[in-house]
Amino acid sequence: MRLTLLSTGLIGPPSYGKWPMKVLVAIKRVIDYNVKVRVKADNSDVDLTNVKMAVNPFCEIAIEEAVRLKESGQATEVVAVAVGPTQCQEQLRTALALGADRAVLVETDGFPQPLSVAKLLKGVYDQEQPGLVIFGKQSIDADNNQTGQMFAALAGLGQGTFASKVEIAGDTVNVTREVDGGLQTVALKAPAVVTTDLRLNEPRYASLPNIMKAKKKPLDTLTPEALGVEVKATIETLRVEPPAERQGGIKVDSVEALVDKLKNEAKVI
Amino acid sequence: MSILLVAEHNNTALNPVTLNVVAAAQAIGGDITVLVAGEGCGAAAEAAAALPGVSKVLCADAAVYGKQLAENVAPLIAEAAAGHSHVLSAHSTNGKNTMPRVAALLDVNMVSDIISVESEDTFKRPFYAGNAIATVKSSDAIKVVTVRHTAFDPVPTTGGSAAVEALGSVHDAGVSSFVNEEIVKLDRPELTAARVVVSGGRGMGSGENFKILEGVADKLNAAMGASRAAVDAGFVPNDMQVGQTGKIVAPELYIAVGISGAIQHLAGMKDSKVIVAINKDEDAPIFQVADYGLVADLFQAVPELEAKI
Repeated sequence: MRLTLLSTGLIGPPSYGKWPMKVLVAIKRVIDYNVKVRVKADNSDVDLTNVKMAVNPFCEIAIEEAVRLKESGQATEVVAVAVGPTQCQEQLRTALALGADRAVLVETDGFPQPLSVAKLLKGVYDQEQPGLVIFGKQSIDADNNQTGQMFAALAGLGQGTFASKVEIAGDTVNVTREVDGGLQTVALKAPAVVTTDLRLNEPRYASLPNIMKAKKKPLDTLTPEALGVEVKATIETLRVEPPAERQGGIKVDSVEALVDKLKNEAKVI
Repeated sequence: MSILLVAEHNNTALNPVTLNVVAAAQAIGGDITVLVAGEGCGAAAEAAAALPGVSKVLCADAAVYGKQLAENVAPLIAEAAAGHSHVLSAHSTNGKNTMPRVAALLDVNMVSDIISVESEDTFKRPFYAGNAIATVKSSDAIKVVTVRHTAFDPVPTTGGSAAVEALGSVHDAGVSSFVNEEIVKLDRPELTAARVVVSGGRGMGSGENFKILEGVADKLNAAMGASRAAVDAGFVPNDMQVGQTGKIVAPELYIAVGISGAIQHLAGMKDSKVIVAINKDEDAPIFQVADYGLVADLFQAVPELEAKI
């Protein structure tokens, strides 16, 4: 009797934490990684006027990993989520073009701070109930490397950060991580959180047909109010300045000259 | 001010970066309690007790902390943070992995990778791959902060005599476990602490060719590093990567061989005291930060350098 009901899908254990299943990918809109930012003359911030924006490179790796899980039959659906202003829809459409099935924008004024982002994503997580949540390890603007871990703590989930390999085995997620001395592998109970490092995969390019198809895929917008989250900023940026400039160096014309400079001028050897 | 400082250690000894974090704590001011969490970590706790300016050491010695699993260590730190104004750690793999969980558990934001202490609530930190420096002020009740160790001179290893208190709190989140690790053990100084670093880039051509750097590294008692390109190409393992998302180093001398000098690599080494670049491309961006640049074929120049040092 129970077997029949299970096979008709009418009752049974929830798909939460069971494979194949949903993967949630959190992505961020950031400056394109080729851009060299300049600080504004009034030292209030960096100058982002007319700067090219893109999906954060580590988030692209996250999308790629999720899409590969779907292609290998280990995930049923890939949902991309971004937190930020309405322009983030561009990056969500990119995620859809790369293979995500659906996108969610949590629309805010500007970009909230990591703790608020983590709380908003927890709200989306509760609604979506994925088995795996993948983040890029850090965004190349703030370079914080915080949001994925904060989210994992709020959701009470295990985390595999700086991942160079992700392997699903039943309802365990094995993550090989790049750590200070080499590599470490941890086993996490699903649902779990992964943050991607550079060598996890090489992201694909979006083909033109996929870019066109992405325009028709679902993109829903939520608000912090709807998720019951109060966005708070507790870190104030007082000033932004360029780094100390290195003094110009010289070219030497031989190894001998180099060694002489290092010994007698710089005195470092 | 009352600072809880999370020690970086391997159970037997403190990792040198802990000495730089103590310096950052001293810059903030107030009393310093060091937390040593691990398994069989008594010796590390004793070493922490000898550091100058430390008033107390808490030693949480339990199997669940043995591999520094963030899910277990973070609630321990959050619990121990009660009554403190700041929680500090190095911006190391462990610091990056664990401290954001601590911040979330304490319901606060955090300030990562600080390069200076301006006051007890104001810090400077690099962002945009080190192309900009932000001065930030936190209004959080507890300031959770990770420290870029290269920005602070280390305190001496002796001068203190704090008491070591056992902290019996055991947190086993039960959602993660250690499987295995491949840690490279070299007879070289550690990359982030070495006085001299010799780094190879894509120009090295192969992993085999990195051997030609070894002679120079040996003579200078240097650590060896690499650019992302060299690691991606499989020439060398990931723990050698210097850069925005790899290791940040600031040695007395950084010798970049066959490295073009992409922004992201510079972010990891441009605070080195003296930078030398050897590259056959005279337009390589690395020459803009090098104090001494040699436009030459590295396969000639490096063996010659080894002979002439």
